Amino acid sequence: MSREGAVNAAIVALLLVVPVGAWLADEPFIVTLATRAVILALAGVGLNIALGLGGMISLGHAAFFGIGGYAMGILASHAQSYEPLFNWPMTIGGTQSMPLIWLVAMSVSGLAALMVGALSLRTTGAYFIMITLAFGQMFYYFAVSWPAYGGDDGLSIYVRNGFPGLNTLVPVQFLAICLMLLMLGLGFAAMLARSPFGLALDAARQAPERVETVGMRPYRLRLMAFVISGVITGLAGALYADLNRFVSPVMFSWQTSGEIMVFVILGGAGRLFGPVAGAMLFILLEHVLGGVSEFWHVYLGLLLLIVVLFARGGIIGLLAGRQVAHG
Amino acid sequence: MSMLLLAEQILNGLQLGVMLFLMAAGLTLVFGVMGLINLAHGSLYMVGAFVAAAVAGATGSFVLALAAALAASAAAGALVEVLVIRRLYGRDHLDQVLATFALILIFSEGTRWAFGSFPLYLDIPGWLAGPVTLPGGIRYPLYRLALIGVGLLVALGLYLLISHTRLGVRIRAGESDREMIAALGVDISRLYTMVFALGAGLAGLAGALVGAIQSVQVGMGEPVLILAFVVIVIGGIGSVRGALAGALLVGLTDTLGGLFLPWVFGHYLGPSAAAGAGSALASMLIYVLMAGVLIWRPRGLFGGAA
Repeated sequence: MSREGAVNAAIVALLLVVPVGAWLADEPFIVTLATRAVILALAGVGLNIALGLGGMISLGHAAFFGIGGYAMGILASHAQSYEPLFNWPMTIGGTQSMPLIWLVAMSVSGLAALMVGALSLRTTGAYFIMITLAFGQMFYYFAVSWPAYGGDDGLSIYVRNGFPGLNTLVPVQFLAICLMLLMLGLGFAAMLARSPFGLALDAARQAPERVETVGMRPYRLRLMAFVISGVITGLAGALYADLNRFVSPVMFSWQTSGEIMVFVILGGAGRLFGPVAGAMLFILLEHVLGGVSEFWHVYLGLLLLIVVLFARGGIIGLLAGRQVAHG
Repeated sequence: MSMLLLAEQILNGLQLGVMLFLMAAGLTLVFGVMGLINLAHGSLYMVGAFVAAAVAGATGSFVLALAAALAASAAAGALVEVLVIRRLYGRDHLDQVLATFALILIFSEGTRWAFGSFPLYLDIPGWLAGPVTLPGGIRYPLYRLALIGVGLLVALGLYLLISHTRLGVRIRAGESDREMIAALGVDISRLYTMVFALGAGLAGLAGALVGAIQSVQVGMGEPVLILAFVVIVIGGIGSVRGALAGALLVGLTDTLGGLFLPWVFGHYLGPSAAAGAGSALASMLIYVLMAGVLIWRPRGLFGGAA
């Protein structure tokens, strides 16, 4: 097993041991923290497909995270109030079924990613960063000023949505669902990276002219990766809203985009398990430093600065060496 | 809809536009000369506003507060450039984004630590308070009119600086060929620090000026920063002229959209639904404008062909 493989195995073991230990020791708070880390990791897995594999520096992924969250919030709030979503051309009501909500969250965020991506990918470099950031902010302002679903105050859902055969209100059972989806997401990302599509995408990042020469269009490859990336981040958004039983425009804010990107990088961009390691570290820092000082973001900022300036490759880069790092 | 309201909104749009220009000019210069994308530009705007509020509170002088804001944000910019930004010029945009995001965290939490979480207030000085009557009977706040004036003066000053001074020649040379001007004996790292401090000073000035009509609080800079990005995308990266055109376009679109869309929707929907849908869509209008420019001219209105 390579060193990165060993590090990845250790991460998976940690993901299993910590929650099971916390569950046995009857520490529901730690189970909830672990769930948060798992969900954020899934959002990061989504971003990593665009960022690590595709080389697209998107500062607008909060848009998809938030759309996933609002898909859950809107569907569940309609189910809660027994008001149909719309009556024409046929009556469609809300739902409290998780799989259905996930499906809607993924389709809508995929559609949004298609629109944002189709426009933003007309440019590259600094333009792309600014444009994705701006489109993210557009969704934020829309959510703030759209009064039908709570506007600035957000939406509260009283009961967590259901999953057939499980009691999602038991923290460890909800964690199991999220963990399962994270593993599926990681498996999918690994498959994607090795597929002909993933190889072409990787090539389009490193040498777009050559990719064009052999008859493929980098724009299409990138757009498809951007959509896939948005879909996964959207799914994470739906789970995150379900964890909190609350969704608000904060999910759309530029800070959310920044934080998702930060832990992807802290973990190691382009590494399969980078987002997972990064999300775990992020939650750990938030918990530990947040206990030490109210102003823990200062320390997070300093740490990030040090990693960017002196320790490129992130945690996995430090632990596993740099030989297989992307970009 | 009355003509008076329309005229007032056009002036509001101009005022927002010139303030956005102060932000966007610094960003676009720094990008044009050093190739750096700086997310922490909004933090310098915030520094300007906080310093102005603190100095005005201590001395009671608004002019002194503005001067202090300009000096403090330029100094903060120079310091940050020497300590951090300088190491980022050779790096890719991702590293620049992350490091300047880290700077935002440090600046924001540092300010919260120093000044607390409650907003500060910066009062409009007595000699600029109150409305004036413009030709046509429009009554408009003198202070906002002064903002438009200051913004246009700075734009003119910036134009003269870039086109008629030695520093301006170097800035333009730096934009077209960095290695060459270094080879010609210009101290490139001092030039970079000066350009960065200039941009920072403009951002701080904007923060201080706007601080008197909004509350001064942590996180005030980033929404303006993102609007400034929209301005730059519309105007074209690196072009100060583009920044001015883009800023005025964004300022006018934003304020007039907020006025017209609810009114247009009022003809089709009920008043409350119209207000909701209208304001939600108005908040998206500048991004729609940006999308339109992207489709039409992906490099911005004044962007080069490269």
